[in-house]
Amino acid sequence: MEQIIENIKKQFTLSDVTTAHGTYITCEKKDTVSLLTYLKDVEGFKHLVLITAVDWIEDNKFQLTYLLNSPKLKTELGVRTFIERSVWPEESEMQSAHHLWPAAKTYQRELHEMFGIDFPGSPEINDPLILEWWDDIPPYRRDFDTKKYSEETYYPREGRSTNDPSDYMKDQLYPREGEKNA
Amino acid sequence: MAKMNYKKRWADLEKRIVVSPEGEEFEVDPMQDYFCDAKPRVHPPNKIAPLEKFANWCRAESIYILGFGTGCGAIEMRPLSSAMYDAYRFGVNWRATPRQATVFVIGGYASVKTMKRIVRSYEQMQGPKFVLGLCSCTINGGMYWDSYNTVNRLDHYIPVDVYITGCMPRPEALLDAIDQLKKRIKSGRAEGQNKYAENFEWYKANQKKIIKNWDMPDYSW
Ligand code: SF4
Repeated sequence: MEQIIENIKKQFTLSDVTTAHGTYITCEKKDTVSLLTYLKDVEGFKHLVLITAVDWIEDNKFQLTYLLNSPKLKTELGVRTFIERSVWPEESEMQSAHHLWPAAKTYQRELHEMFGIDFPGSPEINDPLILEWWDDIPPYRRDFDTKKYSEETYYPREGRSTNDPSDYMKDQLYPREGEKNA
Repeated sequence: MAKMNYKKRWADLEKRIVVSPEGEEFEVDPMQDYFCDAKPRVHPPNKIAPLEKFANWCRAESIYILGFGTGCGAIEMRPLSSAMYDAYRFGVNWRATPRQATVFVIGGYASVKTMKRIVRSYEQMQGPKFVLGLCSCTINGGMYWDSYNTVNRLDHYIPVDVYITGCMPRPEALLDAIDQLKKRIKSGRAEGQNKYAENFEWYKANQKKIIKNWDMPDYSW
């Protein structure tokens, strides 16, 4: 793995490499697709496990993670990149990777629907996937209030009560403690 | 070849002129060949009480479940048909299409996308039809109560006869619910279908509120 990262560093600028829980490298947005191509064609990371996004609303950024797997080396490598986070209804943009792995199409459709990240050129990117004709802020963006939306839309039933799990378990396991404190 | 099919499909969709036996000409929308959008009617019970009782007994003893699992709770339906629980001894059968089924078991949470299919399947079922709400999710949303995409109360969209609580309920609970449903049918209280017909506007309004791409007929059977 060290050797691979050395090889990558010769050609691409990596802003961050972590090996704490699996290996993750962070690269610039414009390098991402060429880095993925390099990893697929030269280093043998032939399998795309997933593409996912994280909404860093405080930094005004989306973090994209491409998780790759190499069947030959039996190892996984995550490629991270940060893209600009647009304010809805503006969509963020990223280059598409569907020409490398056809499966990327589905992940990109999902990201488009759930986060509002556009991948120009990706097939069927504008077709609905899970949500059909959603007309609000994309639901995985953190400025979308799912509880409020649910209450307004889906007729909540009266009489729901909640327990704080830790207090509840304390009462269940040590019923006498509470009496002593009281 | 593909192009020809395409053209043919459009020709099918054009209105055609039909001449009635009396010589009257009228237009027929070809979509009417595939569905009927007349509103559902209320079917009052038979006036002759013993006959109605007999009919209800027949309905209760031949429960044909639609094999459409909508959420994670639907997994509980499979053990029922195994030798261990053997639901067949209660007259329970599984059917592949809505036309052949009388009981719709909603297996847990219904997302908006599934809700559209649920509504269509429910309307295509032939009466008398009954609905079992399996799992907490159908009652109050369960653990998805604050989710952006799952309905909270199923009975706002289709009428429900029996609810089963639990996340997820055991197959025994489902068997018990079938038993309850039988009792309900035999006593003539399982009138979900008529309730749907009576409050048709209200149900439609609720359904249309969440299903944003309403590209089907209002009532399709
Ligand atoms: S109640 Fe639990 S098991 Fe049933 S559908 Fe909801 S989450 Fe799934």
